[in-house]
Amino acid sequence: MIELSEVIKEYAGGVRALRGISLQVADGEQVAIVGPSGSGKTTMLTILGTLERPTSGRVEIEGTAIAEASDPALAGLRAHRIGFVFQSFHLQETMSVLDNVATGMLYMGLPLRERRRIARGALDRVGLSHRVDFRPRTLSGGERQRVAIARAVAKQPAILLADEPTGNLDSRSGAGVLELLHGLGLDGATLVLITHDAAVADTFPRRLHMRDGEIIEDEAA
Amino acid sequence: MTAVASEPRRDDHARLPPHELLGVALQGLATRKLRAALSALGIAIGIGAMVAVVGVSSSAQANLLSEIDQLGTNLLTVAPSQDALGNNASLPNTALAMIAGMRNVSSAAAVYQVSNVNVYRSALIPSEQTGGIGVDATSDNLPAVVGTSLASGHFLGSVASRYPEVVLGAGAAQNLDFHQADGNVMVYIGGHLFTVVGILKPVALDSTLDGQAFISLPIAEKYFREPDTPSEIYVRSGQNAVNGVANLLPATANPQDPSGLSVNRPSNVLEARAAAKGQFTTLLLGLGAVALLVGAIGIANIMVISVLERRGEIGLRRALGATRGHISAQFLAESALLAAIGGVAGLALGAGATDVYAVTKHEPFVIPSYALIAAPACGFVIGALAGLYPAMKAARLSPTEALRA
Repeated sequence: MIELSEVIKEYAGGVRALRGISLQVADGEQVAIVGPSGSGKTTMLTILGTLERPTSGRVEIEGTAIAEASDPALAGLRAHRIGFVFQSFHLQETMSVLDNVATGMLYMGLPLRERRRIARGALDRVGLSHRVDFRPRTLSGGERQRVAIARAVAKQPAILLADEPTGNLDSRSGAGVLELLHGLGLDGATLVLITHDAAVADTFPRRLHMRDGEIIEDEAA
Repeated sequence: MTAVASEPRRDDHARLPPHELLGVALQGLATRKLRAALSALGIAIGIGAMVAVVGVSSSAQANLLSEIDQLGTNLLTVAPSQDALGNNASLPNTALAMIAGMRNVSSAAAVYQVSNVNVYRSALIPSEQTGGIGVDATSDNLPAVVGTSLASGHFLGSVASRYPEVVLGAGAAQNLDFHQADGNVMVYIGGHLFTVVGILKPVALDSTLDGQAFISLPIAEKYFREPDTPSEIYVRSGQNAVNGVANLLPATANPQDPSGLSVNRPSNVLEARAAAKGQFTTLLLGLGAVALLVGAIGIANIMVISVLERRGEIGLRRALGATRGHISAQFLAESALLAAIGGVAGLALGAGATDVYAVTKHEPFVIPSYALIAAPACGFVIGALAGLYPAMKAARLSPTEALRA
């Protein structure tokens, strides 16, 4: 469950990235946040992902009030309940594909053997069981994003946040990644995806249009 | 931590157990092997220099102490000095016999300085070119008492008490350029020809004897009408009675005026010298510490760069659930580990240098046992200190900034 009310986020220098956002996303919902660059959608994602606290307003993620929670509490929330997928994948080149996915569960306190076991399953789900021992750099962009998705979903998060996951991919790979995200089922996890691409947003049942730090349209199919 | 009702469940904590932290740190180092090796080298050189300094001085010290052990610490000397009234005192003629009769004294030998007499290689040498060689009359047992032996030839014996024979100290022989005492060379002493019958090895316990030439008492009296009183008496006491004997020596040697005699224990000088060998190293240790400081700055520098370069990784780890504490612990562990590896390498370097020194100087190889623990521990602590600032910087880094890239 995601709940935002009157959320304002200001950065140093007086840049106001979010100007009073109120929003509710129910468990299991699939939402696209769409808007041009500079509209505040990435800031939205970092707030939803508890990586930053709002300047004012109330944010509650999975029952945790972000403003009051301690750094370890938020880290715990991210470790167990939130999965991230980034535009530039953020895979570590020094690790195998399997260990990249396993590292996604490092801060949960699971032993390495267990992490690898789960990672294997996750890679299987994204169709990369044949790439387990490869280095990320030897994979195609689409495959790398699949690895990143496997890393995000392996821990079975309650919320999956994706920041332009198709932004660095050609249209075919991008379509494949989108298909994967929708098709994963995600065991009832909430999916929030950020994009500037209306065509990508159109694959989602609910679309939040942003401009200049405000939600200008909450469009549900 | 604020106790809000919406606190995550207990099992939702972010964790990084120590062994995982170690794994993360090792991986961080393995990723940049050359850089890690180079920055560890800085610490290795610093620690190596310090270990070498400590090792070399310990080896030299051990060598000196074992020499002292061989020479024995039970040698005492009695010599006249100024008495309580400021008069020049003297050792009475009876002193040697009295001392030799003491309980716990195993042997004693007296040396009588023959004044105004010098040693020359030939009669043609101008009389003022004395070479600084003094002449002492003494008894046959002097080498045994002072703990030396003959490098060549033999010491004074029964023949020497009837004929002019001389034995040269090691320094005196070197001065006169004698290396063999085969009875074929002679020296002029006070206008008389003396046959050189022996050359002593250096007397480690009292190097003043090295510069002397020794003749027998009867010959000294016969040729030079001297001397009447001993200038110094060497005494070997029982090993466990050294202090007792030392206390009794003045009164035994000269019951009338014991305050005019001074008693010395030559091994004390050597022991002091051995201790000084340890202290001389402070300066070199300081140089090692400077090298270490430079190494530490190198590590701090490399860690700061590393933090900047790895903003993406830091952001990712934060997104994956690392607390600020986990991030700073990771960087702290990396720099501490790096410097600890440097410390171990430095220990090996220092031990190697000490070994080379010990082998070339024929001294025992000694590395103090504390160095085995101190070297890596020192590196660890230095690394942790050097990594403190970069680690804090890493923890403060905003994760979003890095992840947007």
